[in-house]
Amino acid sequence: MAQSRVQSRVFAGLSAPGVEASALDERSKARRFEQLFAAHLDAAYNFARWLARDESNAKDVVQEACLRAFKSLDGFHGDNGRAWLLAIVRNTYYTWFRRNKAEGQSVPFDEDSMAADGHDLADPESAIGSIDRVLQQRDAQRLVNAALAQLPEEFREVVVLRELEDLSYKEIAAIARIPLGTVMSRLARARKLLLQYLQHAQQES
Amino acid sequence: MNCTEIRSRLHAYLDQELDLPGAVAIDQHLAACPGCKALFAAQTALRSGIRKHAEYHAAPAGLADRIRSKLGTGAADVPARRGWRWPQFGQWLPAGAAAAAAAVISWTAAVQYAGVSADQMLAEQVIAGHARAVLTSRLVEVASSDQHTVKPWLSSKLDYSPPVPELSGAGFPLAGGRLDYLDNRPVAALVYRYRQHVINLFVWPETKSGRVPPQALAKHGYNVLRWSDSGMTFWAISDVNAAELKTFADAYASAR
Repeated sequence: MAQSRVQSRVFAGLSAPGVEASALDERSKARRFEQLFAAHLDAAYNFARWLARDESNAKDVVQEACLRAFKSLDGFHGDNGRAWLLAIVRNTYYTWFRRNKAEGQSVPFDEDSMAADGHDLADPESAIGSIDRVLQQRDAQRLVNAALAQLPEEFREVVVLRELEDLSYKEIAAIARIPLGTVMSRLARARKLLLQYLQHAQQES
Repeated sequence: MNCTEIRSRLHAYLDQELDLPGAVAIDQHLAACPGCKALFAAQTALRSGIRKHAEYHAAPAGLADRIRSKLGTGAADVPARRGWRWPQFGQWLPAGAAAAAAAVISWTAAVQYAGVSADQMLAEQVIAGHARAVLTSRLVEVASSDQHTVKPWLSSKLDYSPPVPELSGAGFPLAGGRLDYLDNRPVAALVYRYRQHVINLFVWPETKSGRVPPQALAKHGYNVLRWSDSGMTFWAISDVNAAELKTFADAYASAR
């Protein structure tokens, strides 16, 4: 391997200047991509894994997303490589898996009317009591992961980006291609659902 | 503002997305309104529950290489252990030198310098692994001060079982472990703490079974210590000073 690289370097040196320049461009592109890739691969996989809820599909999505990212690297001039890569992961996931799904999978509710979350949680004290009890349970980890996995994907993705990647509303809006206000209303709705799932799990146990 | 208005902004408040006057208004309301305060407490508890318990799925071992090989960028950017300096060497060759000669020279030189360059290369990888883990707060995949939790977790994911001694008595409490990728293989990364500092210890088996005494290296502001014993190779890296890192290495070596 070392040998062939030496040779290709030497050959590049001997060939026409234009060819050498493009080989250099390729190398610097590869280097630039590698920096992005090494820094954000875990984030890309974690996001894909929570979207797809399956290891094998998540791997395929990340691989395809990275190939797409590499191809469109020349068009990326921003400084937020993580958000950029996550947007491509999300786009890849939806184009792969959405087209196989039946229509009407999206969650039927009026998002904007839900902006005032908590409003209809009649008894906040009981909510705090039960979430505390759930989190003290021995299988809290399983319950939290199950609740998150159970969320419809529109809500799951904003929670994963917000809580696991610690991204801002602005970054989430850019990745999920939704307005800032929708990021907030989806997070509000997602958290309300999570509290309900956990409350329900607590009642069952 | 009334409760309805407050609650419509409670998530932005929780996520620190409000400007200062907006946040102060919520602060004041929460101090005076038990209902909204309880709601906020529930949301805060939920958030910390998610952050504590929700699984962060790190990329599985091998995925990075699978993608690199698809991209064809693997060779250029993740050089194999041997020969990483040969592209540089090639640059120095006069343009007229035949490729065949270059191949012969590089082969000879590779044999001569392979040991040195491979170690330097590995040191760079170790430093990058440490820096990446600290920077991205992906330091531990299994967070536990219990060696009986960390060791089985690592063993289940690797084809060997690294020693994970308890060193809190020596001032180095165990923080957890994770997988990393070094020297072209998945390796165990043990994370110990020393005061406010983090020490990463990379452990993997090697073919030579001899004992290599600790060798120190300082680079990019980090101290690195490597040694080998009983068929395992160890690389400790931290921003603690060299003497403290040596103390750690001694404590680890005598406890395992």
